[in-house]
Amino acid sequence: MPEMTSQARIARPDGWQLLRRNRAAMAALWLLLSLALAAIVLPPLLPAAVKTTSSASFLPPLHRAHEVGMLHLLGTDVNGQDMLYRLLSGARVSLGVGFVGALISLVIGTLYGMISGYVGGRVDAFMMRAIEVLQSVPRILFIMILIAALDDYVKEWVDGWRLAAQAHGWPRFAAAMSDLKAYSKVLVMIVSLGLVEWLTMARIVRGQVLVLREMTFVTASKAMGQGSWGVLRRHLLPNLSTIILTYLTLTIPAVILDESFLSFLGLGIEDPAASWGSLLKDGAQVINPLESKWWLLVFPALLMSVSLLALNFLGDGLRDAFDPKSGE
Amino acid sequence: MFSFLARRVISSVLVIFCVISVTFVLARITKGGPFDKEKEPPPHIKEALLTRYKLNGTLWEQYTAYVGSLARFDLGLSTRYRDWRVSELLRQKMPNSFALGSLAFVIAGCAGVMLGSLAAMKKDTWIDRSAMLAALVSISVPSFISGPFLIAVAALWLGWLPVGGWGTVSQMILPAICLAAPYIAYVARLMRNSLLDVMKSDFLRTARAKGLSETQAVVKHAAKVAILPVVTFLGPLAAHLLTGSMIVESVFNISGAGMIFVNSIQNRDVFLLGGAVIVYCVLLVIFNLLVDVAYTLLDKRIRLYA
Repeated sequence: MPEMTSQARIARPDGWQLLRRNRAAMAALWLLLSLALAAIVLPPLLPAAVKTTSSASFLPPLHRAHEVGMLHLLGTDVNGQDMLYRLLSGARVSLGVGFVGALISLVIGTLYGMISGYVGGRVDAFMMRAIEVLQSVPRILFIMILIAALDDYVKEWVDGWRLAAQAHGWPRFAAAMSDLKAYSKVLVMIVSLGLVEWLTMARIVRGQVLVLREMTFVTASKAMGQGSWGVLRRHLLPNLSTIILTYLTLTIPAVILDESFLSFLGLGIEDPAASWGSLLKDGAQVINPLESKWWLLVFPALLMSVSLLALNFLGDGLRDAFDPKSGE
Repeated sequence: MFSFLARRVISSVLVIFCVISVTFVLARITKGGPFDKEKEPPPHIKEALLTRYKLNGTLWEQYTAYVGSLARFDLGLSTRYRDWRVSELLRQKMPNSFALGSLAFVIAGCAGVMLGSLAAMKKDTWIDRSAMLAALVSISVPSFISGPFLIAVAALWLGWLPVGGWGTVSQMILPAICLAAPYIAYVARLMRNSLLDVMKSDFLRTARAKGLSETQAVVKHAAKVAILPVVTFLGPLAAHLLTGSMIVESVFNISGAGMIFVNSIQNRDVFLLGGAVIVYCVLLVIFNLLVDVAYTLLDKRIRLYA
């Protein structure tokens, strides 16, 4: 609620002020920051015993494993792995894939949209036509094809580095590469999702550039002899930054959702890495009507829904603050 | 009107052609061929199979052979399900997805428009706020979470609807709601924003001035204009819903077209994948054309020419 009582504001409040007044969006921001912090900081601090598999499988929450006496706050899964640890490392992967994937799509989308909008004419028409073609392919299908195409190449490439490192006698680099091989699917997912999710970003940026390039300050800097690239980088990009930030925030939940769909279908993140989608898949596989292992489903589902909700709240708040005209 | 439609059809055929080419090339440069199993078949048999399916030779030869057979309206044979034509497989799986998708489409359209209009008419009241909160929740919760949740509540706990199975309408309701949920939210948000814009316009002030109540004004005058952005959204949505959803089909154990996409990629079943993509694109083109036609019917100011 805008409070315009005693001290009358003359200037319209800028976007950041509007955002700070949006209580839901601010709460979402703090929630997300603390979740990300927990996912990064907590896993290394947990005792080493919870990070491995154990014989105590399907332990309900708040139960102690008999032989070790380790307290499992959120229970354990089929391999006796602690759910809290799995959830936190799943949050690392899910949020990480979402963030980096969205960043990749931001870079591609911004460049594409800026070039298309600034150059204009036939180039613009052709580039927008290409986006239409890409949009008529089902997105998730395109991602699946990309993953299938990239997966083996990336595994081979990482393995090549590992062998080269062994041949040169760099044991630490070789060990790092063999670790990376186990997590190579995460890499593939990030790249594939990033390569597909940039279409909306490109269209939004192009629309903004079409408006901005007609402004007098652009004409002025062109008249003073600045090249196209300089105009784009020095003058247009700063004016685009808030709208890019807004759509970055809205792209992250989309990427996380797609990643979880694929992992749920068994096409995404593989063991030993975990994501919220793959945890839910594991939980759904062992469910049976006789004894419900509810903690395997309820905790990842809750964490995932709350995080996505918070991201969407924040994204909507940013959009209301910086892009008031486009109410979706 | 006619020349507009003709142009649109020609450009759509070009778009479909591009999509097919990209799909085919990507599917073929992916490692692992359609006949690579864990137990490798003897080389001469593999060679014979590849020849039979016209998948040997250079990529260009394979591509031209495929496009040639498409030009004769032949979608080819499935490489995974031997002796099944792609068209037969699609005809077998598609009806289930069509039934589920059209029900979900109707739910998404009707519920979305009603919720959105209600929220706009009661702007800034608790009705508006809770409707928009519900919309954000249903956009945020993925269908593989909302699906089991719906089963648990509506089927197991309340016992209103059957838990699973496929065939009767009551068995279709839960998966359709689950499939429609995020789109109800998108439609509701679109409708709300667009109606709020229209309600500020002059012709609505006139409608109110001549003595119509707010509800009458909205139903008789505003809704027709405000629904235009929703119609634009409904076109691609119809194509998307009718071609099946992998997640909802796997959660509710329905044998539909969504799983064709997943399985054909996993099995490197190039022709089946191509066939499914063609169906999707053709539906998309048809529904986008219908949207353009619907525009002229809803808003007489719009004329179709490009």
